[in-house]
Amino acid sequence: MRLGVLCSGGKDSLFACMMAMEREEVVCLIALRSRNEESYMFHTPNVSLVPLQAEAAELPLVEMPTEGMEEEELEDLRAALVCAREKHRIDGVVTGAILSIYQAARVQRICNTLGLWCFNPLWYTDQESYLDSLIRNGFRVIISGVFSEPFDEKWLGRPLDRASVVLLNQYRERYGITLTGEGGEYETFVLDAPFFKKRIEIVEASSEYHNYRGFYRITGARLVGK
Amino acid sequence: MILLIDLCYRNGSLGFDEFVRPVARIVRHSGNDVIPVHFRSLTDPLLSRAEAVILCGTPLADTAFLAEPGAFSWLKETSLPVLGICAGMEVICTIFGGTLRPCTEIGMTEVSVIGNDPIFQGSGSFSAYEIHTLACSSKQDLEVLAVSNQCIQIVRHPEKTIYGVMFHPEVRNNWVIDRFLTCSVEGIISP
Repeated sequence: MRLGVLCSGGKDSLFACMMAMEREEVVCLIALRSRNEESYMFHTPNVSLVPLQAEAAELPLVEMPTEGMEEEELEDLRAALVCAREKHRIDGVVTGAILSIYQAARVQRICNTLGLWCFNPLWYTDQESYLDSLIRNGFRVIISGVFSEPFDEKWLGRPLDRASVVLLNQYRERYGITLTGEGGEYETFVLDAPFFKKRIEIVEASSEYHNYRGFYRITGARLVGK
Repeated sequence: MILLIDLCYRNGSLGFDEFVRPVARIVRHSGNDVIPVHFRSLTDPLLSRAEAVILCGTPLADTAFLAEPGAFSWLKETSLPVLGICAGMEVICTIFGGTLRPCTEIGMTEVSVIGNDPIFQGSGSFSAYEIHTLACSSKQDLEVLAVSNQCIQIVRHPEKTIYGVMFHPEVRNNWVIDRFLTCSVEGIISP
């Protein structure tokens, strides 16, 4: 089965991509480039660097701009999937949805009307085991945005490693965050994945933070050998 | 041991992670051993070791299981408690005299319990996650225990401990699986 992976640049979509590669044929990544940082559907920090990830993975990329306005952005998603079907003959779509019924149901509806399969291999996964597996499989992930208490500025650009997971577990117990950030508490960016032929090196980046809300903007990055 | 039957189009498909693994987590969490098996690999020795069976759902586009009714003829003979989820309910309906019709529900839907049953007693109505393009007809040898405004949501065989639910209890309604297992193991539901 030929699959396209909806990719935001974050850990969930790229881990789902790895799972899809183990079982089926992944023929492209699909990215919605939202201009709205409050998008209901598509996460935004560093989504402009998905082309570099696609190059690292040696996968073609279908990229579609979107204003990121509620519901209207679904038309842009539909257009992106139609484009992926025409260009890369995909039979189905893979997402990194874990808990979000809002996102999963909308993608399912669009796939259903287009006659495409839809897979959510991380759906209702055990979040602790998933993060453990992410690290064990050699993913290199950084925090690219924080959007809730108690995340401070020091989290921006921080690697998602075992020490971070220990802290995230504490935040889950004390502040009720979802461990994987599925509730929008934090966002991530993947610098390396087991299926990347090259890894991403950050050359230049800046942080912007105010009152539990911050972005780590990568303004310069390149591919280097692994 | 609780047997989880994977109804996806092939063994080891991506659908397993989405539709079988979350159910397995709930079953294990309730203190039961789990053996997942693909529907084409089911054997009598496996069935004979099981305390109860759960037929899991499939991706929306995956209806390959409907072309192989022979793989589910054991349902007519079994005395085991069985819970069919979505695709599993579609199998149960077709095996027990029902037919399927096109009916799409994707997302959260209100389910209204209309029948008396130890598992669903006192549930009234609740919100449930749906992802299906087919629904069961009312002409079948099964009792209807709950409905949504579009289709039958829960059925029970009148003489066997066989249930079907059209919604996905592994999403936000773990209690359905927990009560099914408790009632099965404690013999509260029996043929």
